[in-house]
Amino acid sequence: MSRQAAIGWTRVAVIVGSILLIEALCRLKIINPLTLIPPSEMAASLWELIVTGKVTDDIAQTFSTVAIAFVLSVVTGFILGAVIHALPRVRRAVDPLLASYYSIPFFVFYPLLIALFGLNTIPLIVIGFVFATAAMVISTLNGLDRVPRVLSKTTRVLRMSSSSSVLFVTLPAAAPYLFTGLKLALAYSFIGVIAGEFILSGGGLGYSIAYAYNNFDNQTMYALMMFVLVIATVMNGALHVFEQRMLRRRARA
Amino acid sequence: MSAGVAVAQAQTATAQAKVHARLRGVTRVFEGKLSVHALGPLDLDLPRGEFFSVVGPSGCGKSTLMDLIAGLSPPTEGTVTFEDKPVAGEVPDGIGAVFQEDASFPWLTVRDNIAFGLRRAGVDPAETQRRVEYAIGFMGLREFATAYPAQLSGGMRQRVCIARTLVMQPRLILLDEPFGALDQQTRLLMGDELLRLWRETGATVMLITHALDEAAMLSDRVGVMSARPGRFIDVITTGWSRERDSNIVADPAFGVVTARLWSLLRGESLKAIGAKGA
Ligand SMILES: Nc1ncnc2c1ncn2[C@@H]1O[C@H](COP(=O)(O)OP(=O)(O)OP(=O)(O)O)[C@@H](O)[C@H]1O
Ligand SMILES: [Mg+2]
Repeated sequence: MSRQAAIGWTRVAVIVGSILLIEALCRLKIINPLTLIPPSEMAASLWELIVTGKVTDDIAQTFSTVAIAFVLSVVTGFILGAVIHALPRVRRAVDPLLASYYSIPFFVFYPLLIALFGLNTIPLIVIGFVFATAAMVISTLNGLDRVPRVLSKTTRVLRMSSSSSVLFVTLPAAAPYLFTGLKLALAYSFIGVIAGEFILSGGGLGYSIAYAYNNFDNQTMYALMMFVLVIATVMNGALHVFEQRMLRRRARA
Repeated sequence: MSAGVAVAQAQTATAQAKVHARLRGVTRVFEGKLSVHALGPLDLDLPRGEFFSVVGPSGCGKSTLMDLIAGLSPPTEGTVTFEDKPVAGEVPDGIGAVFQEDASFPWLTVRDNIAFGLRRAGVDPAETQRRVEYAIGFMGLREFATAYPAQLSGGMRQRVCIARTLVMQPRLILLDEPFGALDQQTRLLMGDELLRLWRETGATVMLITHALDEAAMLSDRVGVMSARPGRFIDVITTGWSRERDSNIVADPAFGVVTARLWSLLRGESLKAIGAKGA
């Protein structure tokens, strides 16, 4: 436990140290202020943006789009994964496709999505969804593969219905892998949506960052970048803590 | 004349009623690229309340036999009946099984693992608690009731699985090398517990084991299997009283039974490990 704590503190020290270093480099003008503003200024400008409510709509748009893409990808990915798992022949056909899935640069299709759906949040949801779903499918397959056969034998000896064995045995047994799927799906929907907003969109955090960049508005650009980074780190950190708790319980000594 | 036939039929009927599980002409072939003839053909009658052990060389089909009796996998040929009803497609009510592999649920505490089956079956909570606490004590898991399986040794995890099976109060208990992960001394003590349980519940027990002394000490009868495809080359009746315990290892008759088992198995075990000219 104290070793765990030590690792945790080291991590915090690395992050704080890097921020302080960047701060110092900027203040000493070793880094050109036109290139990078000091982190303290980013934070101040972010605070300003938040309290004046200038970015509220962007934040709301990005988060609601991410949330929709995430939920859709998790549900669809899980169902697809379970179906593919149940059909070994389909499995053999799609396994190589899944393995090479992330080598496809989906963003080249983004303009096509806009042509299809118009310049609104639907193309963003689609791109986030497409990006995240495969991760959930792969994690679901992984998890279901690793449920020991003896557990399903146990449910049969206990004469459980198939729905209750899925609910009470298969899902908890696969939970660590499903959780990895959730984590990846969240990260990928986030990346997909923000990247899409960057390329072409009428609002959202990615759009605002790109807009600030085009208008040489470093204060806003860096503030929003910081915001996205902090949010992504906090979300991931929270999921990580939860995951560790689950895994520690199960780790074979 | 007709009275005589009726008596004969009645006798057959009682003889059959005493048989708890019955296998007739059972074989099991695993189809695949290489089809594996794992078991049989074999016949077996397990009388109600008997303690029956199965010994045999590794890979001879012992676990396969257990799956067939439990209705977990269908025989390729032949029939399995339990309590006079054919076993087909599902596990009949009244059978409990402890598998060779660890089947504890890593996400549940020892207590919740043991209560699992009762909760799923909707047994009333007070009764569930009573049975679970009894089984925890019985299996020596009191200190670990709130631990997770990951914190237990392999032998203790196996005890959790035994307890989880016992609380369901099965009438036929199938045990596949449940003490495989235990040292010899603990094994003998667990054997005593198993005998105590068997006497208390009146259940029929089929124990698969690779320890000949364990089979000799615990059983009413020991079935000795051949190398794959497994068949019974002999079934030895030990003749112990129901009140036996591990002290029987000091009885000269115990040595005789163990020696007999070994002489039957030696050649088969050599075959199983691929030696020639056994
Ligand atoms: N699902 C399966 N598919 C194909 N072959 C199988 C399957 N299960 C068992 N076998 C084969 O059947 C044979 C008997 O296996 P089984 O597990 O019943 O042996 P066992 O007597 O329990 O062995 P051990 O003492 O090592 O536990 C083995 O050759 C095994 O490879
Ligand atoms: Mg086996």
